[in-house]
Amino acid sequence: MAEEYWRWTESRWTNPDLSWKDGEIVTAGVDVGSVSSQAVIMVDGRLYAYANTRTGSDSPNSAINVMNWALEETDGLSLDQVQYTVGTGYGRVNVPFAQRAITEIACHARGANFMYGPTVRTVMDMGGQDCKAIHCDEKGKVTNFLMNDKCAAGTGRGMEVFADLLNVSINEMGELSLRVEEEPPPVSSTCVVFAKSEASGLLRAGWPKEKVLAAYSSAMAHRVVSLLERIGMEEDFAITGGIAKNKGVVLRLEKELGVKALEPKYDTQIAGAVGAALFSKALVEKEKSKKK
Amino acid sequence: MLTAGIDIGAKTIEIVILDDGKIAFQNLTVAGYDVRESLKKAWEDIEAQSGIKLDGIKKIVATGAGRKDTIYASDTITEVSAAAKGALALNRDIRTVVDVGAEEGRAIKVDSAGKVMDFAINEKCAAGAGAFTEAMARALEVPLEELGPLSLQSTQAVPMNAQCAVFAESELVTLVHNKTPKPDMARAIHDAIADRIVSMVRRVGLEEKVMLIGGVARNIGFVTSLKRDLETEVIVPEDCEYVGAYGAALAAAGK
Repeated sequence: MAEEYWRWTESRWTNPDLSWKDGEIVTAGVDVGSVSSQAVIMVDGRLYAYANTRTGSDSPNSAINVMNWALEETDGLSLDQVQYTVGTGYGRVNVPFAQRAITEIACHARGANFMYGPTVRTVMDMGGQDCKAIHCDEKGKVTNFLMNDKCAAGTGRGMEVFADLLNVSINEMGELSLRVEEEPPPVSSTCVVFAKSEASGLLRAGWPKEKVLAAYSSAMAHRVVSLLERIGMEEDFAITGGIAKNKGVVLRLEKELGVKALEPKYDTQIAGAVGAALFSKALVEKEKSKKK
Repeated sequence: MLTAGIDIGAKTIEIVILDDGKIAFQNLTVAGYDVRESLKKAWEDIEAQSGIKLDGIKKIVATGAGRKDTIYASDTITEVSAAAKGALALNRDIRTVVDVGAEEGRAIKVDSAGKVMDFAINEKCAAGAGAFTEAMARALEVPLEELGPLSLQSTQAVPMNAQCAVFAESELVTLVHNKTPKPDMARAIHDAIADRIVSMVRRVGLEEKVMLIGGVARNIGFVTSLKRDLETEVIVPEDCEYVGAYGAALAAAGK
């Protein structure tokens, strides 16, 4: 079998400083995207555990698998002890154990507010099959957004196509693209299919891989800059999603915008699930206050 | 008097030579990495096969996305005017010309005098061009020339939600997982590209009669989906990929 250059690293984490047993409210958020799925568990609104996996061909199973993985190494926490779960993302209605589904736009803004702080006004989410520019207030409430989910340009899938073309692992692409002495002009085609033929031409003309990758990374950055310009860029600025891990795209994006993105403290792919878990907590509190 | 038209596309180069306005010879050459080299090869073939010498041709006009790369033509015209000119010369009743090539698609509206009234072009997105069917055929592991006939065996319309060629490939994988019959997937592919082309036609306004030209017109699956979607008859000329070059050759002849 051919090597799978597009394969990115899955991960899970448990907060060593927290115990769910000491907490009052245990909630979860599950983000089933078209390429990756995340489950986040929160204890009293603090990040307790998460898992980040590839989405399989079946959304309900992907949701169950990623949640089970998040629950591993959590000192005996089981799914029925989680008081509330919100599903989000492209497969949000296919999370069998979720009580509610909330759009990924709302969850991303809420999650970014938690992960990067309340000063965040603009969130650029660069996911596997879409990208969204979101404008939000100090509470993480969406005030405006623009989304591209029709075209692979500027998405993780586009980067995967280039990983395969260049035989470079997707995890190493960012670093490699920065190993150029001089920045080449960006690939001129927007469409990933055409950009791929253009890149094949550049390779045939003798361009080294890193130069081709630099040209594609800046084209990709340019693509999302146009989304951000249309929505109106306001600082502070945060980038979430898988592409946020690609330094080559992030640095070029920052350069073109003339704005620095906030340094991520968490896995950039969990923003949607974090937001969903926070909405879960708010919903539990609402129900409690009703009962009183 | 001999005149010639050269249509330099993304994948192929077509050359049509006219003798007093009548087609004397035509040649199709695959456009290699170096367009100039491919052009030289095409002329060598033409000389060898027809005996027509390059310096015996009075005027040469180039068209196509790569028209600026030509080494033989003294003039260039746009793909839109070449397509309109060629199509109208083949059939005076044509009012809408649909041209679908490897990496471009266009819909052109012409009046009875052959004047271009309006047009829409897609050269940015593979989903509305031959590159789409090519990528999908590869994903389905079906030779491109078999994709069209295969789709005619379809018994049901399966919707394809993705518009982007890259996303459509992932969607195709899901359809394969769900054991969708191959002919139905082939039809879904042609319905999807036809949908993109039809939205372009609607933008300029559909007026009969309609002629479909360009290499993708060879694909019977696409032609069938296009007719169904447009709900009208679509004329496909025998030499559908040469129409642009024919139009350029006519321009060279002053027509």
